[in-house]
Amino acid sequence: MVSLAIEGLGVRYGRTQILTDITTPVIHDGSIIAVIGPNAAGKSSLFRRIAGLAAGEGQVHIEGVPDGEQALVYLPQDTSASAALTVFESVVLAAKQGRSLKVTAEELERIDELLDSLRITSLASRYLAELSGGQRQLVGIAQSLIRRPHILLMDEPTAALDLHRQMEVLSLVRRLADERRMIVMIALHDLNHALGYCDQALAISQGRMHRFGPCATIIDEHLLEQVYRVDGHVERNSLGQPQVVLKGPLL
Amino acid sequence: MSDTLAPTVHRGSHSYRASIGRRLLILLGLAAALVVSFAVDLATGPYDYPLSDVVTTLLFPDDADTKMRVILWEIRMPVALMALTVGASLSVAGAQMQTILANPLASPFTLGISAAAGFGAALALVFGIALVPVLTAFIIPLNAFVMAMLAALVIHFFSQLRGVTVETIVLLGIAMVFTFNALQALLQYLASEQALSAVVFWTMGSLVKATWTKVAVTAMALVLTVPLFIRQSWALTALRLGDARAESLGVNVKRLRLTTLMLVSLLAAISVSFVGSIGFIGLVGPHIARMLVGEDQRFFMPASILCGALILSATSVLSKMLVPGAILPIGVATALVGIPFFFSLIFASRKRNAW
Repeated sequence: MVSLAIEGLGVRYGRTQILTDITTPVIHDGSIIAVIGPNAAGKSSLFRRIAGLAAGEGQVHIEGVPDGEQALVYLPQDTSASAALTVFESVVLAAKQGRSLKVTAEELERIDELLDSLRITSLASRYLAELSGGQRQLVGIAQSLIRRPHILLMDEPTAALDLHRQMEVLSLVRRLADERRMIVMIALHDLNHALGYCDQALAISQGRMHRFGPCATIIDEHLLEQVYRVDGHVERNSLGQPQVVLKGPLL
Repeated sequence: MSDTLAPTVHRGSHSYRASIGRRLLILLGLAAALVVSFAVDLATGPYDYPLSDVVTTLLFPDDADTKMRVILWEIRMPVALMALTVGASLSVAGAQMQTILANPLASPFTLGISAAAGFGAALALVFGIALVPVLTAFIIPLNAFVMAMLAALVIHFFSQLRGVTVETIVLLGIAMVFTFNALQALLQYLASEQALSAVVFWTMGSLVKATWTKVAVTAMALVLTVPLFIRQSWALTALRLGDARAESLGVNVKRLRLTTLMLVSLLAAISVSFVGSIGFIGLVGPHIARMLVGEDQRFFMPASILCGALILSATSVLSKMLVPGAILPIGVATALVGIPFFFSLIFASRKRNAW
């Protein structure tokens, strides 16, 4: 049983405090946490801090990860890579990081399967520089998943994807959480995706924690008004699911 | 994106395996070409020996003609070997600079490290100033090394500043080239006639003064640094995915960048301090290697080493043949021969040109 808890987390770049006092209760395996908030709220900084890549206050408690297994992988927002590497090579690279130089047949098999499950097998021999933004994000997801992490931090993985691909990726994430019992923290802009695929939500605004709790409780007209500064509300749609209905920006 | 949704029987690992095989063949081909070039380098000179005689003399020195044995082993061998070690050093240094600075223009030459080493060497040649007051027998290479490290540190420091782009670093490198060239010109202005010719000779780049000791030192530098790069193969390759992605895969980007920069400065400085400024190898060698085998460091680095050694070795042959009876300075010959070849490759393989 892997669990994650965040206690009083803060991030500082030089003298500027980017993020202050983010605290969550214990998050259990199999859950997906939507990290929501406007641009520059501090979502990426939170992920970097949890992954140990940014300096600051507070503590991250991870428990129950068996020895020798990857506790956590952080998937940053895509940066355009122009390396002379193929998609397949870039996933091999992620799999072998910190390990021996030899690539085994079993490792190749695992990569084949993963590319298959992400439906990007046909991209395997393409160079990274030739890919579209959405394809790059799928490759980034493959690079993260091949490490078989127990906790996955995904920074806006659906940003450059079309609607079909967005839902495909989120369904995959849901499946990974359910089947592999992964904890996934995922930064999302689309609140309906958060409502549809995530268990809980961590709302951040201006570097501070707004609220943490079940998505259906957190995402309401107060959040829309105070955090996103838009006029709207949440109602049940014809399928009986909660859905954000927007009227316009607050002035 | 319908292409990615089409059912496919072709698995990614098949073409990956095929590409690995192809790369091993390319490395073998380069190594074979290197052996041939090395033998031809030994055979050519004021008196050209037939290749078969060269091979026999190397394999069975006891049965060989004494004069030929002395010429091959004592005179031509250190020069030919020096071409290999220096070519390999400069090329691998350029390859790793391009990798850690994510910049296709990075090389010991274009970032001012050669120029800094040149200035350090000139300080010793002109004024006998030792920047490190120990081991004064090695005053020239030590001076060159200290100045090269200083240049490398300046580049590293600036590359860490926020808002500094790749273009800024290249501009900084160019500024350093001009600064150190100006300082060196100043030294030359102040130098005695004898010291002046030593500096000028040094700047043109020459393998002719190679000795077994110099070969040993440059070879030792390679032996000490290359295994460290090999150990970091995956991490160095990951840098090409961008800093954020590399960090997220567990690479300590800052430390890797600093240690790599120090090691390549060592390689570049030692080479340059012994043979003078040999331009372009550090720029062209890695680019040719990248076009041939891609950027997986497990192949990219050996390919860079082989390409660098091959280019300098082949240039060494040509520098003896271009003007009958004279040996062109190797730095001049490298540029004249290397650049056309380089451009022919660029135009031949534009589709996979990563930069």
